Amino acid sequence: MLLFLRLALRNLLRHKLRTGLTAFGIVIAIVAFALLRTVVDAWYAGAEATSANRLITRNAISLTFPLPISHANRIRQLSGITGLSYSNWFGGVYIDERNFFPQFAVEPKSYLELYPELVLAEAEKTAFIKDRKGAIAGRKLAKQYGWKIGDVIPLRGTIYSGNWSFVLRGIYRGAEKKTDETLFLLHWDNLNETLKKTDPNRAERVGVFVLRIDRVDRAAELSDAVDRLFQNSLAETLTETEEAFQLGFVAMTEAILIAIKIVSFVVVAIIMAVMANTMAMSTRERRREYATLKAVGFGSRYLLSLILGESLVLSIGSGVLGILATFPAAGFLATKFGTLFPVFELSLQTMGLGMLASCLIGFTAALFPAWRVITLPVSEGLRSIG
Amino acid sequence: MTIPFSYSWKSLWARKATSVLTAAGMALVVYVFATVLMLTEGLKQTLVATGSEDNVILIRKGAETEVQSTIEREQAAIIESAPEIAYAPNGTKLASKEVMVLMTLPKRGSDKPSNVTIRGLSQKGLTLRTQVRLAEGRMFRPGSSEIVAGKKIAENFKGSGIGETMRFGLRDWTVVGVMDAGNTGFSSEIWGDAEQLMQAFRRTAYSAVVARLADVSLLEPFRDRVEADPRMKVEAQRETEFYAEQSEMLANFLEILGMTLSIIFSLGAIIGAVITMYGAVASRTREIGTLRALGFRRGGILSAFLFESSLLGLIGGFAGVALASTMQFLTVSTLNWQTFSELAFTFTMTPAIACQSLVFSLFMGLAGGLLPALRAARMDLIDALRSV
Repeated sequence: MLLFLRLALRNLLRHKLRTGLTAFGIVIAIVAFALLRTVVDAWYAGAEATSANRLITRNAISLTFPLPISHANRIRQLSGITGLSYSNWFGGVYIDERNFFPQFAVEPKSYLELYPELVLAEAEKTAFIKDRKGAIAGRKLAKQYGWKIGDVIPLRGTIYSGNWSFVLRGIYRGAEKKTDETLFLLHWDNLNETLKKTDPNRAERVGVFVLRIDRVDRAAELSDAVDRLFQNSLAETLTETEEAFQLGFVAMTEAILIAIKIVSFVVVAIIMAVMANTMAMSTRERRREYATLKAVGFGSRYLLSLILGESLVLSIGSGVLGILATFPAAGFLATKFGTLFPVFELSLQTMGLGMLASCLIGFTAALFPAWRVITLPVSEGLRSIG
Repeated sequence: MTIPFSYSWKSLWARKATSVLTAAGMALVVYVFATVLMLTEGLKQTLVATGSEDNVILIRKGAETEVQSTIEREQAAIIESAPEIAYAPNGTKLASKEVMVLMTLPKRGSDKPSNVTIRGLSQKGLTLRTQVRLAEGRMFRPGSSEIVAGKKIAENFKGSGIGETMRFGLRDWTVVGVMDAGNTGFSSEIWGDAEQLMQAFRRTAYSAVVARLADVSLLEPFRDRVEADPRMKVEAQRETEFYAEQSEMLANFLEILGMTLSIIFSLGAIIGAVITMYGAVASRTREIGTLRALGFRRGGILSAFLFESSLLGLIGGFAGVALASTMQFLTVSTLNWQTFSELAFTFTMTPAIACQSLVFSLFMGLAGGLLPALRAARMDLIDALRSV
């Protein structure tokens, strides 16, 4: 086995430039592949970070329609609902349109209770709850814009017109790695009071209700119970688990996701072509040697493993390098995307898939040249020149 | 004396498997490059074609989309009476007061819900949209619970085919027609009577006012006047510009992603070409020596090999463009983040995209061939002839 590896390495080193170029190509392909998979993962991150004991109730027509706040009391009376909060998508613009981050107007006390994964220092929590003009932001978001506690953050309303400003009262961190640290939360009451004056038709309305249920296995039953309460009312509801709600968003942009997935496979295909080319060339050059080996009595199985070994050493070695190179690349992209993706992390699964892809590349690249060598008659092989 | 082009062509032909593999790699790169451009182009064309040059659209100041906007009845009436707005033949103003809402509908087949735009408008709204015509059935009757669906919606969403019904706002709505708006955003909308839809959704305000100006040059004075009017806070925009802006975010994302990928891929393909061409040079060392001995100059050898690699690139380029052209039959239906609603658009091939792709492939071929060609040209005559 050791001899075998040495032979494979020797063969690779015969053409250093070519081997180096091929390795470089594979590294690039693996980096591209891993990055694309990470983008796909980041897309699903919202759904991953959900909790099974939370339900989301929204207007049945669509998310852009609000629900009256009066629904809250009726939902609370259902047995099995142990907590309720609500939020409105605020959709303000910070300085200019490019600075996108999610903003929600929430009822602070109950909301933070329902989302224990948003970890806030006790003092900051009280400060936020007490100050109606206050807001809190995730650690990643605060870092992106260099916000500190006490800063005044101006937002230009798009859905709720006017110029708003909020005082940053706290910076939360995620309890887990997958927790979204890019949220900006402000007081629902603050929004509502202003609407009462400027646009009374839209006051006393919430975007979604967040419910906590006592037992996870009752999710479907309780969702139905909530929706039945408001059936045939002016604001019918649609209740689903938080995960289903988040996946709904993902499904809407599915076409793009599918495109990214396809492209990530095309990368592998392209590099397969490059790699197969290299192998074809190196075996063509060595036709005479292989014929000699055959003449001496080595069987086709030995020749096959020789060629396969060379190809696999190159592809797997480059694959490992590629995975290693992905870490800095992903880190760079994560800063580029900023808060566009709440979580942007290279997963174990992606690394595994990357390695699998590099094995696949090595394997398929060796097949055709090996077949050519094995089927080539000895006499013709001996006669051939490079 | 230059080396005939047929030499380069024959050399490629002599090493079919390698040439095909390299060209195939390049073809895939060009394919990805071209499809991304086609997608972005399709998206832009769709949204730009949605608006008309002569129309002006008014939404609430600060709102980015029609759905976010509200315009009260009184305000809409003030706008409608503006002197800059053209008259219809029957003496009324050519202005359409519209309401727009998003509704979640399940897709056919997968049942996955997505947001669909419902636009409530009046007879005048139809007059203002000359690009929309009925493909099947008839228009909705004013004052009734009838709707017409855009072609892309009728195909993709449950309950939106002709004769089908959907339920919202405590009523059943019958689809009485399917409208063909070509490759415009209207093909991804559902239309109904404005007053009926406002009642159903309990809305008291319109979303937007679309109007035809008596003359295109009146846009500036009209805009200045309405935007300065203290009775309302509205923004007026040419309809084409308004819709073009709605595609910015998605188009930018596609462009950034596509360009990043193309750069990474092209590196792979260039490496493929470098390997192939180095191989070609190495295996033809004696041949190169012979050519030199015959009197061909270093420059001739250089250009012969460069020509060979650009030929490789171009073959890949043509194959890639051909492959990408077949994508024109596909329609992508996805959520436009800015409007938060479903939008269908097609991959659109334009001569410009075809040219860009071919130039790109030529560049890949040249970049890949440069170093090997230099090596071939700088080869020592005697050594080359002596090599096996």
